[in-house]
Amino acid sequence: MNTHWYMITLVGKDRPGIVAHVTHALYEGGCHLGEASMVRLGTSFTIMLMVQYAGTANALQKVLQGEAESLDLRLHVDPVEGGLHHHHQPDVRISIYGADRPGIVAHATGALTEAGLDILDLTSDVGGTEDAPIYIMHIEGRANEGTIALQSALDIIKKEGVETQLTPVDTLVG
Amino acid sequence: MSLHIIKYPDERLKQISLPVENFDTELQDFVAELEKTMRSGPGGVGIAASQTGYFQRIVIVDVSGMRKLPANSSNHGCMVLINPEITEWDGMAMGREGCMSVPDFTGNVIRAETISFTAFDVFGKQHEFSSAGYEARAVQHEVDHLDGMLFLDRLVSRRTDLFKRKIYKQIKESPLPGSGEGQGEG
Repeated sequence: MNTHWYMITLVGKDRPGIVAHVTHALYEGGCHLGEASMVRLGTSFTIMLMVQYAGTANALQKVLQGEAESLDLRLHVDPVEGGLHHHHQPDVRISIYGADRPGIVAHATGALTEAGLDILDLTSDVGGTEDAPIYIMHIEGRANEGTIALQSALDIIKKEGVETQLTPVDTLVG
Repeated sequence: MSLHIIKYPDERLKQISLPVENFDTELQDFVAELEKTMRSGPGGVGIAASQTGYFQRIVIVDVSGMRKLPANSSNHGCMVLINPEITEWDGMAMGREGCMSVPDFTGNVIRAETISFTAFDVFGKQHEFSSAGYEARAVQHEVDHLDGMLFLDRLVSRRTDLFKRKIYKQIKESPLPGSGEGQGEG
């Protein structure tokens, strides 16, 4: 049977049971799951999920439509290439944190991209209090022009009042 | 020719290995094959006999060939460790690990920063070692194999970093009541 890969995006107000209901509907609909990122952001629950399915995007949309409506989730389906078993391994981890304000991510990632960083994974949280929020960002990536170039970029970013830390990732293979 | 590497989900990787009792030429020949197998993979700094389906407590660790060995790492060269026993652990550090038995996946694992351990050589003589940093991580990774443990059994969340690392240190120095593996504040 000819199957295709799709990327399903689901977003809605967080409540218990979203993952179980969504994945059960996909299983019952004949889907095979690939890699996923499922995380609560603010009060929303977000799902980015690779799904292998024999039918069209419209048919896959119908597999989930009922569950998405009952859970009040917005659903989006895109055909994608798939491409499992070709992970890029990070060789650098960067943490940036400071008093929250607009522009931290744009300035930091702009400078790091210029310095050769290929971002593989980025997570960020807003902590602290409503009066004094702090922004905390973790990046894993590949330093295509070496870590010295990235450290120079971070030294400039630091002048904008954030703390930065660069740690080489030396992956052990045993 | 290299030995065949067993790959997860082969359940034999969860098997506990038995102590070596005979320090003979058969053991020495096997160790030579095991070392050759370790060196045949790209970037391999360690191997356990159990990864080849031989369930005796034998591991080899050699970080000396690393292009950029982290400065905090010890380097004993090629260590053949038979019946290794880790006797002391100190410090905690998160690091990235992969495994010849788990292709195309790496993950973050917390290990002791420094360890002391004993092991026999291929002639049956016991030695004492202290390792730090990357080398200590490699020894812990390989000794885990002998107990049927994979780095997959020790993965920590991608979100576990910066602040939580400090909490782990605090737990060790002054255990927080009821903290277990959950979150602590302090």
